[in-house]
Amino acid sequence: MKNMFVIARRELGAYFNSPIAYVVVAVFLLLSALLFFSALFLQGQADLRELFDGFWTTLLVAIVGPAITMRLLAEERSNDTLELLLTMPLTDWDVVLGKYLAALGVFAFAMVMMAIFGVTVAMIGPLDKGPAFAGFLGLFLVAATYMAIGLMTSSFTKNQIVAFIGAVLLCLILWLIGKVVQIFPPTVQPFLDWLGMDRHVSGMARGVIDTRDLLYFGTLITSCLLVTQATLDSRRWR
Amino acid sequence: MIHVDGLTKNYGNVKAVAGISFDVHAGEILGFLGPNGAGKTTTMKILTSYLSPTAGRAEVAGYDVLDHSLEARARIGYLPEGTPLYKDMTVLEYLNFASDVRGLPTGAGRTRRLRQVVEQCGLGDRLGFLIGELSKGLKQRVGLAQAILHEPEVLILDEPTSGLDPNQIVEIRQVIKDIGKSKTVIFSTHIMQEVQATCSRMLIISKGQIAADGTPDELSRKAQGAQELRVELVGRVEDAREGLTAVKGVASVRSVDPAPGEEAGKDNHHFVVIAQEGQDPRADIFRMATEKGLTLLEMRREKASLEDVFRTLTSGTPGRKSK
Repeated sequence: MKNMFVIARRELGAYFNSPIAYVVVAVFLLLSALLFFSALFLQGQADLRELFDGFWTTLLVAIVGPAITMRLLAEERSNDTLELLLTMPLTDWDVVLGKYLAALGVFAFAMVMMAIFGVTVAMIGPLDKGPAFAGFLGLFLVAATYMAIGLMTSSFTKNQIVAFIGAVLLCLILWLIGKVVQIFPPTVQPFLDWLGMDRHVSGMARGVIDTRDLLYFGTLITSCLLVTQATLDSRRWR
Repeated sequence: MIHVDGLTKNYGNVKAVAGISFDVHAGEILGFLGPNGAGKTTTMKILTSYLSPTAGRAEVAGYDVLDHSLEARARIGYLPEGTPLYKDMTVLEYLNFASDVRGLPTGAGRTRRLRQVVEQCGLGDRLGFLIGELSKGLKQRVGLAQAILHEPEVLILDEPTSGLDPNQIVEIRQVIKDIGKSKTVIFSTHIMQEVQATCSRMLIISKGQIAADGTPDELSRKAQGAQELRVELVGRVEDAREGLTAVKGVASVRSVDPAPGEEAGKDNHHFVVIAQEGQDPRADIFRMATEKGLTLLEMRREKASLEDVFRTLTSGTPGRKSK
């Protein structure tokens, strides 16, 4: 447990000592600000729902998430530092969870910055706090899921670009699948509808925190982290 | 301190380590030698729990590296080949990170320990530097510092001197020797002088198996087999040769040119005398010379160099780097 935080602290240091975190967070904020203010000024909507539910925001996160996580394990592999790390007295889980925590930290930092949008809305009109909170939580969970996928692909390869592209592809599948459910045979539609991100996000953007949605995110995140740990462990037996 | 029993590791169909067994006792500095691909690195990776053995077992400080991996790892300091370190951290940040992972309590105790290690590894004026900006020798010292800072019972170093200049090599060896006074050290190398200079014991492995095990002196004697003497006599060359051949325990005699640096006099004759296995004819040679009126200027035993030992034991090994 303690070691998990040691790893997380080192990773956060690595993010914020280098330009990566700032660049990624800046790009994310810039583009989401564009989405938010265009909704605000062009459509005259002073609420955050467009931001959280929108087609573009979840797409943006599907790129930003993997961009944050791509270096986590791939870089350790390509620099051979993974060997030194994994021979220290800590478990594979300390490493996996510590690194995941750091990625969540970077995204949380971006979301704190996003709170400016909420403040803007509150200045213009009354902010509906419930849906705003659920929306923020929903977006964070989407990002957490995408970053778990990103961490997983980062454990597969020593090439960060490969890790990034692999993760973006998987994220895009989740992002797209809910929008195109109708083209699949009816028997698999309920499953695909469940698997897609859309359903779960839109509920939260409306302000409804449903345990089934939480379960969905939890299941995906846990599965990816399990695969990540298994990948690290597989080095021993190859 | 280290107990290895029937350790085997296969990579697919390739046997990297084929059932090796050995023990290393507390306070030994063990030189681990072998050509590239002999299985040195693989063995070290198993000892540090990075890889799991296909068969056999290994114990470090009484803890099985598979079943009690964390306890074993806590007692090991490890420096992998090539000194992989986080280039984006400063030396001090990195050593603090390693201390955190190793569970060194923060506060005055840690500061004192860090100061000690930094002095021992000669990193005093580099603490604020990014590791990525350091020279290879300095990186190696940072790697060594992180390996010793928790005062491990066992230190495992994979080619700690490769790629360093001669001065740096001497410095690193000195650090290893200092540490070896109180700890058990295993280090791999393919430089023979290194073993002679630092190790109390050497283990040569070849094709995944142990080819030799002993002190450097023992091994060179073993490889030598029969004694080889170099003799310089003054007198008639025929007398000298006949005399030497007649001495009891001499297997063969051959004339040789003076070695470089030796005087080539008109009446000085140089011979290489091979003794019969297990015989020491030196006293008889001396007596023979006096009886025949020859002057014995020099007689010395030639020592087989460790390079010879190494070549004899490992020749014909296919080079395959274990990764």
